[in-house]
Amino acid sequence: MSDTQLAWVVWAVLLPLGGIVVNLVVGRRLGEKGIGAVASLAAAGSFAVSGLLALALLQHPEGGIYRLATWFNLGSLAVDWSFRVDTLSVTMMLVVSGVGTLIHIYSIGYMHADVRHNGDPQRFRRFFIYLNLFVAAMLLLVSANNFLVLFVGWEGVGLCSYLLIGFWFEKGEGGLGNARAAKKAFIVNRVGDFGLLIAIFLMIGAFGTLDFDGVFAQAAQAAPALLVAITLFMLLGVTGKSAQLPLFVWLPDAMAGPTPVSALIHAATMVTAGVYLVARSQALFLPVPQAQAAVTWVGGLTALFAATIALGQYDIKKVLAYSTISQLGFMVAAVGMGAAVAGIFHLVTHAFFKALLFLAAGSVILGLEHGHEHAGEGHDPFDPQDMRQMGGLRKRMPLTFAVYLVGALALAGVAPLAGFFSKDEILVAASERFPVVFGLLLAAAFLTAFYMGRQLILVFFGEPRSKAAHHAGESRPLVTMPLVVLAVFSALGGALNLPGLHSLEHWLEHSLVGVKEGHFVWAVALGSLAVALLGLGLAWLVYGRRAPTEQDALARPLGPLYRAFERKWWVDEFYRLVLLRPLGWLAQVLAGPVDLGLINSLGDGLGQGSQLSANWLRKLQNGLVRSYALVVMVGVVAMFAYLLWVR
Amino acid sequence: MTITYYLALSVILFTLGAVGVLVRRNAIVIFMSLELMFNAANLVFVAYAAYYQLINSQLFVFFVMTVAAAEVAVGLALMVAIFRTKHSIDVDQMSALKG
Amino acid sequence: MALGSVILFAVLALVVVGSALGMLLSRNAVYAALFLVLNFATVALLYLILGAPFIALTQITVYAGAIMILFLFVIMLLGAEKLPDTARSGRQRWVAALVALVFLAEVGLYVAYRGSNLAGMPALTADFGSPVAVGLALFEKYQLPFEITSVILLSALVGAILLTRQEKQRS
Repeated sequence: MSDTQLAWVVWAVLLPLGGIVVNLVVGRRLGEKGIGAVASLAAAGSFAVSGLLALALLQHPEGGIYRLATWFNLGSLAVDWSFRVDTLSVTMMLVVSGVGTLIHIYSIGYMHADVRHNGDPQRFRRFFIYLNLFVAAMLLLVSANNFLVLFVGWEGVGLCSYLLIGFWFEKGEGGLGNARAAKKAFIVNRVGDFGLLIAIFLMIGAFGTLDFDGVFAQAAQAAPALLVAITLFMLLGVTGKSAQLPLFVWLPDAMAGPTPVSALIHAATMVTAGVYLVARSQALFLPVPQAQAAVTWVGGLTALFAATIALGQYDIKKVLAYSTISQLGFMVAAVGMGAAVAGIFHLVTHAFFKALLFLAAGSVILGLEHGHEHAGEGHDPFDPQDMRQMGGLRKRMPLTFAVYLVGALALAGVAPLAGFFSKDEILVAASERFPVVFGLLLAAAFLTAFYMGRQLILVFFGEPRSKAAHHAGESRPLVTMPLVVLAVFSALGGALNLPGLHSLEHWLEHSLVGVKEGHFVWAVALGSLAVALLGLGLAWLVYGRRAPTEQDALARPLGPLYRAFERKWWVDEFYRLVLLRPLGWLAQVLAGPVDLGLINSLGDGLGQGSQLSANWLRKLQNGLVRSYALVVMVGVVAMFAYLLWVR
Repeated sequence: MTITYYLALSVILFTLGAVGVLVRRNAIVIFMSLELMFNAANLVFVAYAAYYQLINSQLFVFFVMTVAAAEVAVGLALMVAIFRTKHSIDVDQMSALKG
Repeated sequence: MALGSVILFAVLALVVVGSALGMLLSRNAVYAALFLVLNFATVALLYLILGAPFIALTQITVYAGAIMILFLFVIMLLGAEKLPDTARSGRQRWVAALVALVFLAEVGLYVAYRGSNLAGMPALTADFGSPVAVGLALFEKYQLPFEITSVILLSALVGAILLTRQEKQRS
């Protein structure tokens, strides 16, 4: 690829940054539509650039590296601002910028309600600035050519996640809830980042470089113990960013942010950064099967664990959040076991239907809020996200229902929608390499279908269970149009890597290592389809036929197990008891007795010490000539002794 | 009779003079002890002049005496001036430079 | 001969030390001055023995004659014979005594262990320290220091007058 073509990649990152600058400088005068247009155009520009790069790659699939500038030269370590244009990075760029553009457009309509309620158009501008910043950081992450630039993007998306989760910083429980959720996300991510940093340090120490090519070339000869250390620390970073066990706890709380944020960041893009990292670093994982096993198990366990919790949630977004964690588990398991193509395939399809589901949920929430006002209960406390208040929205919001149905079926893995093909590939790979994890993933697939069926029924079928639901209406085209686009992609996305054609696999072969020829196993395919249909059918049986009661239909049969699902297996409480309390106590101790007491007194002591010694030494100057003379005499005697005896 | 006797005598005189400076409170007596110390030094000079047969050493005594005389003159004048203000020549009372 | 000179030296030394002690210990400043005069005179005799007649007489004229008279004048002028007795600095006395003893011990040990292999005093010629010899050396080789001492004396003179001058009251 020619250098000029490679140079376009910089524009992909710079255009959203330009959007930020424009919005900062003239945003006040542009008005809502103007701000939204600027931001969306910037994102669309990145998408166009990614498209052009993809077209160029079709001619030269091996890609290239574009070096923008030197960052620093520290001894033997040289790090550049360099970008990598290859099939994997461009795939990610297309997903991020494409879904991102659609969500930008959606947000123009969605955040209008926010401005209407708060009367503060500056919040609108702030939102789009943060969104653009996120897109820029994420694109930097996926197009980086060395681990340090990747880390810059990694941190950048973490920052934007914090800023956007806490966007409504004055809302939430007790006026602080959102801010606390944002803080939680940031801090838990930090723990993961620590792992990634240690891995980077190990790489610097062992390989002397952070460039992908350099590291992966040396990985083949490196000591297995070193590779295990690097990969396991990287896994810690992945569990943080991609919300796996044990660091997933921030993602459900992150639902406190606006729905477009949940769609973009916490479903389609930021959380997939960990999957991308492992896919990119396959060269580090392939030589050490133990690390691969660790990653696969983490993914598999998370998939099942999160799916169980999704069963017991009432908040429409929380169900989707746990579903995201579960699907991320699928992806992580896939890249862990070496089926990176399957993992990336599922990443792409999941971006489509999960973003669709979140945005559609946002449409539902908007409809409910609208209905709440219409019903004249404007100032009563009302949770527009509680599924128990919904019902019968099928007739009142038909478009939303249609797209939601498509998304839910795709997620459940019903053929021939996109989710079926991508999930199936993962299951095939698991069945061959990690049979037990295959079982976990199959169970998770069953539960996925089940809870999506539950959600569909609770939200759209039956009779409206509240006045708000009764008065709900369809959302405006600005909101529903992106939904339709995403629905189309969710339906047809399977074409990316159809069995037999394996287009995505051939495309990604140029960037990934260890790609094995994918093949279609009828048994697994039929088995997963059957499991999905079974799950949906069971959901209809349990929830569809009776009128919903106060208690969830499953609560009685499953008893304490259901309580565990509902209470998220008490993970947050456990962390609070085991980690937060001792840390808080430690912080108190260090701040109080140690810092104020000990260290302060060291400083004070120095001061007092000098005062005391000064007071004592002052007595020498008593003003009496005779004592001075005495001192002189003593000195003379001492000198004499020295001169006589020593010399 | 070696020179050691004269040296010993000189050292004793010097020590007595030093003790006088350190112990007495009367400023004038302190000066007198100082003169004693000068004398001790002079004795050594003269003794070595005889020992090495060098006239220069005696000349040095001459100079020492001259300077001592000058110093006594100025010192005593100082004492008189201080006495005018303090009405005492007790050195212990001249402690205005106390720290 | 040797014994005689030793006895002579011993007697003179005793008088020297004794008068020094006397000066040290007397409460009355005038007595102290008188003791010092005795000291100076005896030291002049010692100078004579050591073959320095000119210096000996200079000692008597300048030290015992001029300087001590000056001391006595000032003592009388200030009425400083006796000082009121205040019981202070007892500690100072002991420390001073200790320091003196240490000093003595130092030098004594040094002399005893190191520097004592010296020959006896040589015999003296009659005109070794005579005024002629001293004068010749003084005005030939040490002319410059001689002139400088006269300047020193001049400055001391001026200084003494300046220090004791009382400001005239302008009426």
